[in-house]
Amino acid sequence: MDIEWYIVLSALLFTVGFIGVLVRRNPVVVLLCLELMLSAGALSLLAFSRMLGNQDGQVFVLIVLVVAACEVVVGLGLVVAMYRRRLPLDVDEMKELKG
Amino acid sequence: MTATWAWLVLLFPLLGSLTIGLTFKALPDRTAGLIGVAAIVAAFVCGVLALIGLQGEPSESRHVASSLWEYANVGGLKIDLGIYVDPLSIFMVLVVTGVSSLIHIYSYSYMKSDQGYHRFFSYLNFFVFSMLVLVLAGNFVMLIVGWALVGFASYALISYWYRRNTATKAGMKAFVINVIGDIGLYIAAILIFKNLGSVDYGTVFEKAPEVFSTNQWEIVAICLCLLVGAFAKSAQMPFHTWLADAMEGPTPVSSLIHAATMVTAGVYLIARCHTLFELAPTAADVAAFVGLATLLIAGTIALAVTDLKRIIAYSTMSQIGYMFVGVGIGAYSAGMFHLMTHAFFKALLFMAAGSIISAMANMQDIDKMKGFRKAMPFTAATLIIGALALSGFPGMSGWFSKDEIIDFAHFRRGMYDWMWVGMLIGALMTAIYSFRIIFRILPGPACEEAQYLIDKGHVIHGEPKNPATNEVEDTEVGYPGEEHHIAEQAGGMKFAMAILAFLSIVAGVLQIPGVDEVVTKFLEPTFENSVFAHMHPSTGEAWLGLTEGGLISIAGIAIAWLLYIKRPDLPGKFRQRFSAIHTLCVNKWYGDELVDFLVTNPVKAVGRFCNRVFERFAIDGATAGVAGLTRSAGAAVRDIQSGMLRGYALLMLFGILAIAVYFLIRSL
Repeated sequence: MDIEWYIVLSALLFTVGFIGVLVRRNPVVVLLCLELMLSAGALSLLAFSRMLGNQDGQVFVLIVLVVAACEVVVGLGLVVAMYRRRLPLDVDEMKELKG
Repeated sequence: MTATWAWLVLLFPLLGSLTIGLTFKALPDRTAGLIGVAAIVAAFVCGVLALIGLQGEPSESRHVASSLWEYANVGGLKIDLGIYVDPLSIFMVLVVTGVSSLIHIYSYSYMKSDQGYHRFFSYLNFFVFSMLVLVLAGNFVMLIVGWALVGFASYALISYWYRRNTATKAGMKAFVINVIGDIGLYIAAILIFKNLGSVDYGTVFEKAPEVFSTNQWEIVAICLCLLVGAFAKSAQMPFHTWLADAMEGPTPVSSLIHAATMVTAGVYLIARCHTLFELAPTAADVAAFVGLATLLIAGTIALAVTDLKRIIAYSTMSQIGYMFVGVGIGAYSAGMFHLMTHAFFKALLFMAAGSIISAMANMQDIDKMKGFRKAMPFTAATLIIGALALSGFPGMSGWFSKDEIIDFAHFRRGMYDWMWVGMLIGALMTAIYSFRIIFRILPGPACEEAQYLIDKGHVIHGEPKNPATNEVEDTEVGYPGEEHHIAEQAGGMKFAMAILAFLSIVAGVLQIPGVDEVVTKFLEPTFENSVFAHMHPSTGEAWLGLTEGGLISIAGIAIAWLLYIKRPDLPGKFRQRFSAIHTLCVNKWYGDELVDFLVTNPVKAVGRFCNRVFERFAIDGATAGVAGLTRSAGAAVRDIQSGMLRGYALLMLFGILAIAVYFLIRSL
C-alpha cells in the first residue's frame, strides 16, 4: 500500500477532530475530538516510520500516547469538577476564565 | 614598649564599650558603670606608663610610630593602621583619659536612676575610644576615622534622651555641621597626598618644608581645609551654632564631650599640623582671627542668655577661641596648656551645674535659681572654684594658662596687638559672665527648690518636663529618669568634683613663668622644629602679663558684683537702654538665622524648584508617559482575550496555517 493513503486518512481524521473542537460545545466531546487529532498525528508518525524503516516514529507515538493519557486525566478531571459544581457543561459558558 | 602601652590605651575603652553594649542584658544592676569606669581608668594607667616609657628616651628620639597592619596599599597610596606617639599625643591621651575617668565616676552616680544606664556607658566608652583614635592616629586617614567616630559618638550622646524632640534635632544638627567639617578634612587629606605623596605624619611633616615655599597657594588651601574641619569640631565661627544646642544631652556628656575633650580636637589638629601652618602663615592668621571673633561673640552671648548650661557652653566656645588664637599665633604649648586647665575647670563647672540642675528638677533657667549656697554648700564651693579658674583669678590654673596666650600675642607685636586687646576684653567678659552665674544662683533667699532641699533633706521631684519646651514627659527609657542626684548625696560625684576642683586650683603650678614651665619643656620635642618654639616673652614680660590678667579678672568680678549684688536694678536698666544689643545677644547674634538665610533657605528653594520642574515635569512625565503607553496598548489588544475556547482554537489554526504556508512558499 502507498504511504499516501495513510497520510490522507490521517489528514481526514485530523480535520474531523479539529472541526469537532471548533463546533461542539460539550467539553467531553471537545476532549474526544482532541484525542482524535492526537491519534491522527500518531498515525502519520507510524506511517512515516514504516516508510523510512526506522523505529524513531514508533517511539514518538508511545510518548504521544502517554501525553494524551495525561491530558485526558486533566481534562476529565476538569469536567468532573464542573459537573460537581453544577456548572453548565458548555465551553462557551466558561469564558469568564479567560483561558 | 611605649607603643604597646599606647595600643592598650586604645584597647581598653573599645573593650569596655563592646562588653557593655553586647552583654548588657546579662549584666546585673550597676555593673555597666563599673566596667565603664574600670576601662577608662585602665586606659589612663596605660597612658601614664606610655608617658614613662617616652620620657625614658633621649629628647630627640621621643616619637614612636607603630603599625598593626596595612590598611590599604593602592596606586602608591599606603595607609597603615598606625599610631604616632609623641609628647603631644601623650599629653592629649592623659587629658582625655584623666578627665574621662573622673566624669565616668561622676556619671556612675549621676545617671543611677536613668533607664538607659547601660547604653549611656557603652556610648561614653565608645566616645573615649574614638577620641583616643583621633589623638593617637599616625596618619591623616586614621585621623579622619577618629574624627568621624567622635562625631558619631557626639551625635549619639546628644540624642541620648531620644524621645525628646529637641534632643534628637540637636543631635542631627551637630552631626550635619560636623560632617561639613569632615569634608574639609577629606579634601585636605587628598590635597596632602596629591602634593606630598603620603598621608603619614612623619613623611608629610618632613617633606612639607622641602616641597612648599611659604604661603604657596597649595599649602594655604590645605591649611584652610584643615581649618574647616577644626572650626566645625571646635564650634568656632561660623560653625558654632551646634554647640549650644548640644546641651540637650545629659550633663556628664556636656562636661566630657562638649567642654573638656572633643571640642578641643580642632586645637589639637592645628598643633599637630603646626609644620604646615607655619608654611602658611595666612591660614594660621585666619585661625587666630576666627578664634578671636568667636571668643568675643560667644562672650557677649554668655552675658545675655539665662540657660545655665548654655552660658557654660558659650563660655566653652569662647575659651576654645583663646586656644585657637594661641595655636594660631604660635603659642603652641600655651594653647595646649590652656586646653588642659580648661578641661579641668570646665568639666568641674558642668558637674556643678549638673548637680544644681538635678536639685532644680531639671530646670536650667538661672532666673529661677536662688540661694543655693546654703542648700548645696559643696556644689556651691566647686562652682566658685570653677568660676575663679575660668575668670583667671590670680593663682588659679586659668590665670597661668590664659594669660600666657594673651601675653604671647602682645609679644609678637604688629597686628597681633589687636588680638591682645581683643583677648583682654574677652577676659573681662569671661570674669563677668562667670560671676554672673555665681552671684545670681548662690546668694540670696533660697528659691522653692533650694528651700525644699534644706527642709526635707532630699531633692524635690517636680513634674518631669522638657526644660526647653515645658512639655510634660514620661520617665521611661529615652527620657531622663524621675530621680535626681546631687553631689551632696552621691559619693562618686563628690569624689570626681573634689579632684577636679583641686586640679583647677593647682594645675597652674606646672607652668609658672621663669620657675618650672613643665608643659613647655614636655612638649618641646614635638615643636622643636617650629620657628616659634624658641621665642618666649622674657620672664619679666610674662609676669607683667599675668599681673594685667589678674587685675582684669578682679575688675570683672567686681563689675559682676556691682551688677548682680550691689545694684541688681542695673542689669534691667541696661537691658532697656540697649535693648537692641540685648536682643542680638539673646538671639545668639542670629547665627542660626544666618545659616538659614545663607544655606538652608537657598538649598530648600533649589529643592522646591527641582520638585516643581524636574520631578513634576521630567520624572513624573516620563513615568506617566510609559504607564499611559502600556495602558493604551493593553486596551487595544484586550478584546482578543475573549475567553472563547473555540475562538482560540480557530486563531491557532490560522496561525499554524500561515506559518505552514510561509515555509511551503520558501521551500519552493
